[in-house]
Amino acid sequence: MTTPLAVRVFESEARWYRRVWRGSVVSSFLNPVLYLVAMGLGLGTLVDANLPEGVEGVSYLTFLAPGLLAATAMQTGAGEGSWKIMAGIKWTKTYNARLATPIGVPDLVVGLMLWAGFRVLLVSFVFALVMVLFRVAPLWQTLLAIGPALLVGLAMAAATTSFTVRIKNDVNLAMFFRFVVIPMFLFSGVFFPIAQLPGWLQPVAFITPLWHGVEMCRAIVIGTTPPVPVWISVSYLVTWIALGTTFAIGPFRKRLTP
Amino acid sequence: MPKLIEAHDLTKKFGDFTAVDSIDFYVDEGESFGFLGPNGAGKTSTMKMIGATSPISSGTLSVLGLDPTTQGPELRARLGVVPQEDNLDQELTVTENLMMYGRYFDMSRAAIRERVDELLVFAQLQEKADAKVEALSGGMKRRLTIARGLINDPELLILDEPTTGLDPQARHILWDRLYRLKQQGVTLIITTHYMDEAEQLCDRLVVMDKAEIVAEGSPQDLIEEHSPREVVELRFPVGVLETVSERLNGLARRAEILADRALLYTDDAEKTIHEINEAGLDHEAVLVRRSSLEDVFLRLTGRSLAE
Repeated sequence: MTTPLAVRVFESEARWYRRVWRGSVVSSFLNPVLYLVAMGLGLGTLVDANLPEGVEGVSYLTFLAPGLLAATAMQTGAGEGSWKIMAGIKWTKTYNARLATPIGVPDLVVGLMLWAGFRVLLVSFVFALVMVLFRVAPLWQTLLAIGPALLVGLAMAAATTSFTVRIKNDVNLAMFFRFVVIPMFLFSGVFFPIAQLPGWLQPVAFITPLWHGVEMCRAIVIGTTPPVPVWISVSYLVTWIALGTTFAIGPFRKRLTP
Repeated sequence: MPKLIEAHDLTKKFGDFTAVDSIDFYVDEGESFGFLGPNGAGKTSTMKMIGATSPISSGTLSVLGLDPTTQGPELRARLGVVPQEDNLDQELTVTENLMMYGRYFDMSRAAIRERVDELLVFAQLQEKADAKVEALSGGMKRRLTIARGLINDPELLILDEPTTGLDPQARHILWDRLYRLKQQGVTLIITTHYMDEAEQLCDRLVVMDKAEIVAEGSPQDLIEEHSPREVVELRFPVGVLETVSERLNGLARRAEILADRALLYTDDAEKTIHEINEAGLDHEAVLVRRSSLEDVFLRLTGRSLAE
């Protein structure tokens, strides 16, 4: 039986990751701890003191944690789709090496997405464990919330990849993080309900993949009713994944096999 | 017997720019075939089309009896490619790089391990098996890249400027390795802008210039066909060369005036030197040598490869 070509790409990413995983595991554990301590507990004490009925009925920490889970998945996806892709295309040229083998451009892109999905799963899983440590919710509920987090991470990985492959240099990537990723992180309902946003900004939050992920994670972890039906959010994120992946293939072909 | 590679009117265009302009060539099985030419002549573009990593713009191309346009994956499975720039995984070890590459061809781990042992011996990298690539010298990296290209036991190995940027010692080791491959019957395609490399390694070669093939033959044939037997190299004091260039033209079958010296192509060097002395040309140094591929190249393209 032959191994699907995209899986061979995935395998190769895994082999590489085995060498470099140490640093990223520490940060994927430390990040949620730091955020939950500083924002959830620190800032949360102030928030909870002013809102005896809680934020959407729960403590600020409980409100924040599922949103941060989705946001971390989003950032992991953006990370997988940015400098790493730029490096493979431009700096290390390892994608050229792969394309000299039976692997073709679509296999390469799908393989990279499989890998991005795996990384998002890994990071989300660690985050979920930290949430359990902070007694945000029981284990099974927290683990279920990894599902929407995976969708958000993949949507972002696919979209970011199709952006990265179109740009010439990494200055644009820094801009992308500054003007897209960070604002999305701050204003998609992770830290406060988007009802607090000015009216004109709320539709912007609706179209971000992160907002859909945040609402779904929160629904699973604290039992809120999501503002849009889950099937719509899921289809929306799947569309991002499909379009991002598809739109990455053309420019990849142009750059790597001109 | 069918040719291993056959190209007719093969053309590669990038927008308005024609990188390869309807070239014809063939390569036989077991042959070591060279593409010689300056940078930008279209050598690498041709290699990429043969390696099915760049679609052809027009013409026909058949490699190992396959069509690179429609049978890319099958074709690439049977090729080995050594690109111009090393694209090894710097953070991985020598062995890991080879293992990883073998998996792209879906070889079993056991089969790869066996092959890796052979290749490490071939590439003289046994002692570096567990060293990270970033710690290797340029010559070692090249040998590893060649070993990597051989992992799938390819029927055809494509080498794009295999020794560019290496020191003389490393080049000679590499030539020796490539010569061994040739003896084992592996068909090699080599691009180079080094004459000595082409003379050492190629049974037959084409000279490319400005997207076209300007000559074809064995190194010896090319020299005989395009250049008189001997070359007299003359050096002059600063400023003198320009003033005597007119007079040099009459002294040999052909004179090539370079920036620092004049080359006189002749069938009888002794006679030419005698005439130079008779003419009272005030040269600084004189050297007689046999014609080389470099001279063929100068003749065909009118410029030095050193530029």
